[in-house]
This record gives sequence, C-alpha cells and structure tokens, in this order.
Amino acid sequence: MCGIVGLFLKNPALEPDLGGLMAGMLAMMNDRGPDSAGFAVYRDGGTDALKFTVRGASARALADAMSALAQAAPGVSIALKGTHAVVSAHEGEERFLRAWIAERGALDLVGVGRSMEIFKEVGRPAEVATAFDLAGMAGSHGIGHTRMATESAVTTNGAHPFSTGVDQCLVHNGSLSNHFALRRKLVREGLSFETDNDSEVAAGYLTWRMNEGASLKQALEAGLRDLDGFFTFVVGTKSGFAVLRDPISCKPAVMAETDDYVAFGSEYRALTGLPGIERARVFEPEPAKVYAWERADARH
Amino acid sequence: MPAIDLAVGSVRELNAALHRLPADTNETYWAIANPMGRHSIAVGITVPVAIEIAGHVGYYCAGMNQRAEVVINGNAGVGVAENMMSGIVRVKGDASQSAGATACGGLLVIEGNAAARCGISMKGVDIVVRGSVGHMSAFMAQAGALVVLGDAGESLGDSLYEARLYVRGSVASLGSDCIEKVMTDHHKAKLRRKLEAAGMAGEVDVSEFRRYGSARQLYHFHVDNAGAY
Repeated sequence: MCGIVGLFLKNPALEPDLGGLMAGMLAMMNDRGPDSAGFAVYRDGGTDALKFTVRGASARALADAMSALAQAAPGVSIALKGTHAVVSAHEGEERFLRAWIAERGALDLVGVGRSMEIFKEVGRPAEVATAFDLAGMAGSHGIGHTRMATESAVTTNGAHPFSTGVDQCLVHNGSLSNHFALRRKLVREGLSFETDNDSEVAAGYLTWRMNEGASLKQALEAGLRDLDGFFTFVVGTKSGFAVLRDPISCKPAVMAETDDYVAFGSEYRALTGLPGIERARVFEPEPAKVYAWERADARH
Repeated sequence: MPAIDLAVGSVRELNAALHRLPADTNETYWAIANPMGRHSIAVGITVPVAIEIAGHVGYYCAGMNQRAEVVINGNAGVGVAENMMSGIVRVKGDASQSAGATACGGLLVIEGNAAARCGISMKGVDIVVRGSVGHMSAFMAQAGALVVLGDAGESLGDSLYEARLYVRGSVASLGSDCIEKVMTDHHKAKLRRKLEAAGMAGEVDVSEFRRYGSARQLYHFHVDNAGAY
C-alpha cells in the first residue's frame, strides 16, 4: 500500500499555496497510509545558507539541544517546528554542524539543502501536516508520502521522504529486491545510510548517479537497469521533479498537468483539490518511462 | 430523474439507493455529479437504468454491473467494470489498469486508452478500446472479445484460453501461447457487429485488424481428453 504525492509549480503565483495544496493531497491519501507521513518542501530562503532539517526524540528534547547549539554556534539561525528544527548556516559551518549533530545520539539529520526542508512523523497524514503547519509553507515544489507499514515497524526513521544528497529526496511506493547488494556497492562508493530501508538505497543510488554527473532524468533511466523490484518513485531536486514507475507497474499512479503545475498522486482522489483540476490533462504515467520537469528560472 | 451530488452525499448512500431499485423502476436516469475520483461508484447494479457520471472516478466503478448502462464522462481508475455480468459501461476518457477484469458479459467501451492488464481473465465480456492497451492485456482471458483500435503493449494474450483478440495497430509482443490467426469473413462480420455495438461503426475498416487467439498448447485442453474432465 502506501500513498505518494508530488506537486511541482510552474506558475510562481501559486507558490504561497504550495503547502496548503500538499496538505490536502496528503490527507486524501490517509487510507493508503495511516501509520506515518512525511513531506519535503522546496523553498528558497533568498540566501546562500544551507538548511539542516534536524529531528529530536521529542519537541522538548529538541528544544534543549537547539539551545545548546545556539550557544555553540552563535552564527546559525534556528526555526523550531515541533519535533523538527530547520538550522540555517553558512556553507563553511557544514562540517562543524554535521559533527555536532552526529555527536548527539538523540538527534537525526533528516536532510540538508539550500531549498529543501523535510518533515516526517508517526501519525495520520492530516495530523502530521498540522503538527508542522504544512499549510503555512510556501514553496516551488514538494513531495510527500503516507505509509502503511508492512515490512518493518512504524517508526519515524522508516517514514519517507529519504534524502541522501543536498537538496535531493525521494518517496517510494513499492519494494526493492536487490537493495542489499546495491547498498554494499554504494557504501564502497563512499555513500552512507541511516536506516536499513530499501527506499533509502534507491535515494542513495540516484545521489551517486548525479554525483557522477548524470542529470536527474539520466539517473532514473540508469535506475531502470540497476534497481530490481516494484517501484513508483517521485523525486525532487533543487530545481527538478521526476516520476518513474517500474516496467511491471503494479503500483498505481496518476498525473495531472496544467499551465500552472504538474501533480502526482497514487490515486486521482489526491489531486481533486488542485486548482483547475477539471481542465487538467489527467494521465497515467507509462511503465519504465522517466517523466522529468526542470524549473527554468532556477538559481544554481 | 435522480441527481446525486457526491460532494454532498456518500458513495455508500448512492449505491444503497441504486440497490433498492425494483426492476420496473421509473427512475431510469441517474445523473451523478462530483465523483472526485471516489472508489466503487455505481457498483452492483442489477436493474436496467442509465447512469451518467460527470467526471473522473476511482477504482472499480460499475463493478459487477448487470443490465445498467453506465457512462463515465472522464477517466476511470483501476478495475472499471470488473466482473461485469451484462449491460454497458462506457468510459469517455482513459481507463487505468485491469479494466474489465474477470467480466463475464456485457460491453465495456473505452474511448481513450486503457493501461496495463486490460481484460485480464475476462470471461465473456466484449471490450472495445478506441485507443491503445498496455502490457499483459487479456492475460488468461477465457472468453469474449478484446477489440483494440490502436496498439497493444507487451505480452498480449499471455496464457490465453478462448477469448478473441482483434488489434488494428501494432502489438509490442505476444504472450505465451498467443498466436496470430486468420481473419476470415466470419470474423470480420463479428468484429463489425462489435464495433457497431460500441458506436464506432464506420470509423475504421475491419480489414485493418489482425486476429490473435490461443495456440491451445498451454492449457492442455484437447478434445481427445474431454473424458478426463
């Protein structure tokens, strides 16, 4: 099961509404994944700062840790959102911050990006969206996931999206069958993984390909050869958005495109709250075909 | 003329109302607004009424249909008209995978494209697709006809029993035990009648179609073995 959604805005006038639209999409996918939910939102801070999304075991524990961080690194700015905090820092502080977070066993680094922020938590999708005030978030694009746990425990670490590179993240519906072998190969290539999750390996694979010089589209096309199993992926990068289904395509997928946006949902229900959906081109993405969009106005 | 707005009422209430209809009902035309991709709309109808749905529907729309004529003015999700027994289901847009799965009778018309597994395990239904069908269509299809005016994806008719497949465009590949067969005048006449029933008479020339069927090597039905069943 599980539900996945994605929304990529072409019309900047809709950017203030991104979070609100995504919250509606996630809530509609409750029946496909009531155990946990997560989402990534891409929003430019207007600066060159790197944003570290950090998660604590509880809002209280996180707040305490962030107070300590503010003392240790007075230059960073910290925005608390429940069990998550977004720490903005200059690039030069990245090494210090990564080490500082790693030293504290109770903190998880959920993702790092110039635009990307990731929030995920156990609970019903609508509750998770409310807890982080997703509806109040503006942005250019985002992806989300609702999980029905079948293979492993209901934990926040098992929740999507998974991020393995700066501004890169992925949500996955399905299961991979060659993720152990692929993980070993990627570890030899220098990647590291936080969980035993197969979807994290898929994210790491795409990161590795893009580090090697591939575009998002090329990385996914290579994935068709190297990833074995069932998958529908929705992937975000700083300026890109892509969808790929495996050749068998057991997992459902529907897309809608208008002049204003491209949207993905596991089911059409997820898209019914989008503006102008009645006139959108609604289609089922074909098996083994990479669908990719890139923002023309993206700053690099 | 009942008009149901699913933005207000529930699918469960709609289906219960449809199931309560007597066979001689005077409420023979139902207009359904705002389906919004909901699942299981208009399933299990047993009476000859006409139902028109304004918009895209979710899974299993018009499943198990008997005698009703259901028109979907939009796209259909997984399993439209699955296990239909009789009647007509018409999808004005595209259909997702497993359209007409296991259907025993009636007519399913898809005016757009159908995705993978169209007509999987069909058992007597006629399915007419104006566009193309995806991979593994007519998998283990037992009886009935699948008519495709466009192309067919990979492994058409894999492990086919006695369903007849007519494809006008290209076939990416045939599945196990599915072979091309001779298209006789008898088959052309049959195909013409199916296109007429679907409202597509005259749109295409029946001689442009090729016929596919079972090689009967896989399922081991042989008349000499009839006594063993």
